[in-house]
Amino acid sequence: MSVFFALVRRELGGHFNSLTGYVVIAAVLLLTGFGLVDLIERIRQMPYDAPVTELFYQTTYFWLVVLLTSPVITMRTYAAEKATGTYEALMTTPVGDWQVVLAKFAGALVFFLLTWVPFIGVLFSLRQITGEAALFEPVIVAVTFLGIALVGGLFMAVGCFASALTRSEIIAAMVAFLFGIGLWMLGYRPEASGMLPTWAVPALEHMSMTRHMEDFARGMLVGRYVVYYVTVTGLFLFLTHRIVQSRRWK
Amino acid sequence: MESAAPMIEVENLTKRYPGRTAVDGISFQIGRGEVVGFLGPNGAGKSTTLRILSSFLPATSGTARVAGFDVFREPDEVRRRIGYMPENNPLHLDMRVREYLKFRARLKGLGWRRSRERVDAVLQQCGLTDVAGRIIGQLSKGYRQRVGLSDALVHEPDLIILDEPTIGLDPHQIRSVRALVKELGKKHTVVLSTHILNEVEMTCSRVLILHRGRILAADRTEDLGRRMSLDGQVVAEVEAPEVALLEAFRDLPEVEHVEVQPLDGNWRRVSLIPRGGVDLRPLVAAEVRDNGWPLRELTRSRQSLEDIFIHLTRGKVRED
Repeated sequence: MSVFFALVRRELGGHFNSLTGYVVIAAVLLLTGFGLVDLIERIRQMPYDAPVTELFYQTTYFWLVVLLTSPVITMRTYAAEKATGTYEALMTTPVGDWQVVLAKFAGALVFFLLTWVPFIGVLFSLRQITGEAALFEPVIVAVTFLGIALVGGLFMAVGCFASALTRSEIIAAMVAFLFGIGLWMLGYRPEASGMLPTWAVPALEHMSMTRHMEDFARGMLVGRYVVYYVTVTGLFLFLTHRIVQSRRWK
Repeated sequence: MESAAPMIEVENLTKRYPGRTAVDGISFQIGRGEVVGFLGPNGAGKSTTLRILSSFLPATSGTARVAGFDVFREPDEVRRRIGYMPENNPLHLDMRVREYLKFRARLKGLGWRRSRERVDAVLQQCGLTDVAGRIIGQLSKGYRQRVGLSDALVHEPDLIILDEPTIGLDPHQIRSVRALVKELGKKHTVVLSTHILNEVEMTCSRVLILHRGRILAADRTEDLGRRMSLDGQVVAEVEAPEVALLEAFRDLPEVEHVEVQPLDGNWRRVSLIPRGGVDLRPLVAAEVRDNGWPLRELTRSRQSLEDIFIHLTRGKVRED
């Protein structure tokens, strides 16, 4: 277990020892800030009775942040280590493949969540401005953050998988972005396309991340959403583990 | 039982990549306490062999055991017992020296307290105490190399594997790294790879020469020198009958060995290996003059790795 924590610490250290970590945090803050300002402006012009946060998770801003930052967070995990050779140094110590896979995933996820911590401050100032009590309802905040964590977990797993495929960080980021945006678009308003067979629409609606986030932001913890995220995350972690193992295939 | 097994046993080890055989059925043994050098040009299969031994890569066929443990079936047992410094000494350049070594010690299964003790010990041993708090990326290459060596030592492994430990260093740094390796050899079994002949002579007790994935020679370092007494070999191209040439040179006390090869026309190439490092050129010149033979080349070759390979590959052909 202590080996696992040493690895997670190393992953986090990698973000904070370089500028990239701070740039990502700054970018998240900037984009969420823009998103909220934009939203408040719109509500002022046309009042809407849902809480601001709930609307926020439907905006493209939130998804822009998730879709853009996750490849940047995860691109280094394997690709950079393979390129510099530290991967070889790592894999010749007595650590298990699963330990490496889970630690890299955990490190990425913790960093992803850290980038959202300042958002609590944003919520707080929003409440000061709007006087909306629901913003700080503990259950709502908790479920919202659980939602962010679930979505983040899925994107981190996808990103780690992409990074494990290559030694180039750029390719890792591009592949992670493609996979990420692909998964997100699958469930993005499938009924609107009008081209899909009728059975496909409800199936794809189950995968609608925008819908999931909407419900999480209302404080609704829906079991089948959780199952969806845990399954897809697990699937990508499993695939990553297979890639890590593959070097030992003859 | 464990101590009875040789440190490394390799049998018929082969590693094939698509379209290329990196290691071609090599077998060797390395005993405890030996310092062995893998010598060979780039692409000889040195790194591949070391990667298999450190259980990073699987072999295509054959077996390799470290301290009696199979590198493929019992990788964790093997990894616990080796300290491996990969080619080009990869390090996390953003970490500080002490932080990095502590991290590595934890990965290698040392407890919190033990890792602190060991890190302090290796910092001392490798002369890194002064730079323990510095960021690795800001250190000179010589210091980085010592960080890599410290990492290989930190868990007190039975076997230390170093892939090209002095590559890219300046002569001064090379000297200090070699001194360190020599020091390590007193307590550990050390396997290192290099393409510098000198290095093997200075640090290793035994040498394995690899070429195109095969072992050309495995010898104690001092025997290698003798066997490769190419030093001072003289080659002359003379227009004379083979018998006359052999007779002229065979019985000279300064000559250890003569070889005559036919060339174009009546020209012959005479290769002479001297006894005890004598310069044979004046002798050859005198002999040729006395006999009135036409001479078109007279050179003395210096011993180089290249020569050794040529020598060895020729020997190989003859044996076959």
